[in-house]
Amino acid sequence: MFEIVEARTLARGIKLFVIEAPRIARKQKPGQFVILRLDDRGERIPLTIADADATAGTVTIVVQAIGKTTMLLSMLEAGDSILDMVGPLGKPSEIENFGTAVVVSGSVGTAMAYPTARELKRAGNKVISIVGARSKDLLVLEEEVRAVSDETYVVTDDGSYGDKGLVTDKLKELVAAGQVNYVLAVGPVPMMRAVANLTAPSKIKTMVSLNSIMVDGTGMCGGCRVLVNDSSQFACVDGPEFDATQVNFEVLMQRNNMYREQERASIERLQADPEAELKRIRDSVHSHECAAEAAAVSHE
Amino acid sequence: MSNPPTKVPSHNPLPNKERVKLPRQRVPEQEPQVRAHNFQEVNLGFPEEQARQESLRCIECSKPGCIEKCPVSVDIRAVIDLILAGDYLGAASKVREDNALPAITGRVCPVDDQCESGCVLGKKGEPVGIAYLERFVADWERETGQFGSPVSAPATGKKVGLVGSGPASLACAGDLIQMGHQVHVFEALHELGGVLVYGIPEFRLPKEIVRHEIHVLQRRGVVFETNVVVGKTVTIDELMQDEGFDAMFIATGAGLPRFLKVPGEHFNGVYSANEFLTRVNLMRAYRFPEFDEPLYPCTDRDVIVVGGGNTAMDSVRSALRLGARSASIFYRRTLVEMPARKEEVHHAKDEGVHFEMLVNPVEFLGDEKGNLTAVKCIRQELGEPDDSGRRSPVPVNGSEFVTPCSVAIIAAGTSANPLIQSTTPGLATTKRGYISANEETLATSKPGVFAGGDIVTGGATVILAMGAGRKAAKSINAYLTGLVVVPN
Ligand SMILES: Cc1cc2nc3c(=O)[nH]c(=O)nc-3n(C[C@H](O)[C@H](O)[C@H](O)COP(=O)(O)OP(=O)(O)OC[C@H]3O[C@@H](n4cnc5c(N)ncnc54)[C@H](O)[C@@H]3O)c2cc1C
Ligand SMILES: Cc1cc2nc3c(=O)[nH]c(=O)nc-3n(C[C@H](O)[C@H](O)[C@H](O)COP(=O)(O)OP(=O)(O)OC[C@H]3O[C@@H](n4cnc5c(N)ncnc54)[C@H](O)[C@@H]3O)c2cc1C
Ligand code: SF4
Ligand code: SF4
Ligand code: FES
Repeated sequence: MFEIVEARTLARGIKLFVIEAPRIARKQKPGQFVILRLDDRGERIPLTIADADATAGTVTIVVQAIGKTTMLLSMLEAGDSILDMVGPLGKPSEIENFGTAVVVSGSVGTAMAYPTARELKRAGNKVISIVGARSKDLLVLEEEVRAVSDETYVVTDDGSYGDKGLVTDKLKELVAAGQVNYVLAVGPVPMMRAVANLTAPSKIKTMVSLNSIMVDGTGMCGGCRVLVNDSSQFACVDGPEFDATQVNFEVLMQRNNMYREQERASIERLQADPEAELKRIRDSVHSHECAAEAAAVSHE
Repeated sequence: MSNPPTKVPSHNPLPNKERVKLPRQRVPEQEPQVRAHNFQEVNLGFPEEQARQESLRCIECSKPGCIEKCPVSVDIRAVIDLILAGDYLGAASKVREDNALPAITGRVCPVDDQCESGCVLGKKGEPVGIAYLERFVADWERETGQFGSPVSAPATGKKVGLVGSGPASLACAGDLIQMGHQVHVFEALHELGGVLVYGIPEFRLPKEIVRHEIHVLQRRGVVFETNVVVGKTVTIDELMQDEGFDAMFIATGAGLPRFLKVPGEHFNGVYSANEFLTRVNLMRAYRFPEFDEPLYPCTDRDVIVVGGGNTAMDSVRSALRLGARSASIFYRRTLVEMPARKEEVHHAKDEGVHFEMLVNPVEFLGDEKGNLTAVKCIRQELGEPDDSGRRSPVPVNGSEFVTPCSVAIIAAGTSANPLIQSTTPGLATTKRGYISANEETLATSKPGVFAGGDIVTGGATVILAMGAGRKAAKSINAYLTGLVVVPN
């Protein structure tokens, strides 16, 4: 059981949770993720560790509600518990002094890229952050990002805040100026693909963080496989970050659509009676707590 | 581990020549047409009377071939006599002397290569149904709730960490707690049991039985911690140096799926058997939408499964139960070489699984959305025997053909998960990445660290994993009491 000690909404449909998980907090490194499950009937979903406090024994995640599990998670509050959470999984981001490092992120990707940006800064890089969102009310962690970046550019699709346009417009300028040594892109697949295409001719080292569908997160199922350099790689253990020029984004998008029908059905069921679903996960957590106590007592 | 067969006064009233005339009892099963559409257990087990009847067949050999062929030398002859004496609990205890999980082995042991293959009655007719009897006494014990926890030795104050919660660990945990040590099991997944819960389906091994065994261990004081990936969440060295574990037992199984490395394996609908079975069993996708886990639809579609082992049989029979229009096994050798348990192959056939022998996929084909539409195969013929002694398949030139299908499940074996090996300095591995351990002691190259089960042998069997767990418990106990344990 992993208790939520803090829960707050950051932007429309995006919520931050601080969760007690001492083992994970001690070990995590930027770029790694957890897999969690909300109740006995739930699925396992991966979420990046956006921050952690080893002393307090907590990890922070930032979640965008886009489907059944993330919507349900977003209904939880401080005091609730997460039934299962495992991590830290995946390889940490590569951190070294590249020179000038540009971190490009879109919407919730900003929370995922933030710890890596912070570490890149610590490693001596000049860090330039380009933060994108569809509109102002979807922007997260802007202040945190500014605090660890030498330069920060905000772009929105609709121009409601920062520059109007796409993150790649800004990146193109920086690349043209010839000052960029390293790029990390985290966000929607089309955005990452656009970044990959943009930096490819200049041979700037570019990494992308792939959000493939996962189950166990330990290399056991192969469900998270992505085509990298024409061979199957497991995003959960070989990634999630890969060299952008090698990634087959088309296959990633196709595979992410694999369960579209079922996902839609699940959302409809949730929306039919969200309170009942919420009660179900709270009951499930509660019954596990009781069972754990009983096991401890019976042995006394 | 192996006790010499104990001489017992016989409770069998029949003379031997009468016994051998008795026909082997047929175990009641769900009807094929019914069971092909549900996930409930297929084999219903002997009722008491049938168990007694079957026991009457045993001629109590003075040198029982059955015991010789059981990897952990269960004293089968004595067990059978206890059944005839009506002492079912005594029989269950007798099995437990050598086999910690009889309700499980009684369901999944590959008996046609093990105990039953050694039974003398099999030479002329059919062997005694040993696994069914083992299952009967274990189920009796569980269902009557009469399982008395054995008394543990006084606490030693030593703490042992076990990694993984498959049969190797469960058996090891049972013995170590008995010896008075503290036992803490770490499991990466959210549910305990290893392949017994994420791999083998409900219709062959109900999860309830695995859960029961785990409860028994919990009651006896074994602590289980789920959601810990050793090597990631915490390392072996950290557990030993910072958390005070005096010894460790690594039993992480042979977890990595092998793909065929042919074009098109990324198409939607191509699964590793591990993923397919994990979704179905561990995540209960067969109960979607009641459970959230989705599965790429099998209903009214053609499903092919590549492989010939237990994993392939479990996958194809699961697909059938999920409503597949057709469910087929594509195997590159023939029925004779197929490593699956014979009972499962028969069950699969009765349920309507189609067997396509001597074929090997060379490419998966898909549409513009990335969804699987067909598989292209090449026919094989059997050539010379290979290292395993089986005749190896050779492709027949120009014999390619295309079969339409929507789901393809690859059950082509597994390999070692490197997570622990790569994060534990000083832990020697084999060329193929499995952990090297001394055959007798299961000690690894690292002091205080032992390993057993599939992570040492490669994919094997439940009973061998369990045997390794018990062997390790013995060595760990010796190590903790200051005896020298031969390392690897
Ligand atoms: C390494 C990694 C890190 C991630 N970090 C974050 C994060 O920090 N914050 C965040 O909001 N999201 C993150 N995601 C995405 C997040 O996992 C999905 O949004 C979530 O699984 C959707 O589940 P759902 O039931 O709410 O939606 P669904 O309706 O099930 O799915 C919506 C979309 O999410 C994807 N998805 C579905 N199931 C899974 C699954 N089991 N694993 C991965 N993707 C899935 C599908 O492609 C689908 O298009 C991350 C994904 C990965 C792989
Ligand atoms: C589908 C299928 C059907 C089978 N059918 C049969 C059968 O009918 N009869 C038979 O005898 N055998 C059968 N087998 C083989 C048998 O199940 C295995 O040989 C046996 O389970 C091996 O036991 P184990 O304890 O070594 O490992 P496993 O059962 O594999 O358990 C290993 C456990 O360790 C956990 N783990 C892995 N890495 C870590 C880590 N780093 N940290 C923490 N935990 C970790 C895993 O999650 C898993 O729970 C079958 C196997 C499969 C896959
Ligand atoms: S453990 Fe397996 S091989 Fe041994 S007697 Fe029991 S069923 Fe037979
Ligand atoms: S070999 Fe067969 S007949 Fe002989 S003791 Fe064993 S089970 Fe009985
Ligand atoms: S999620 Fe199962 S192998 Fe990556």
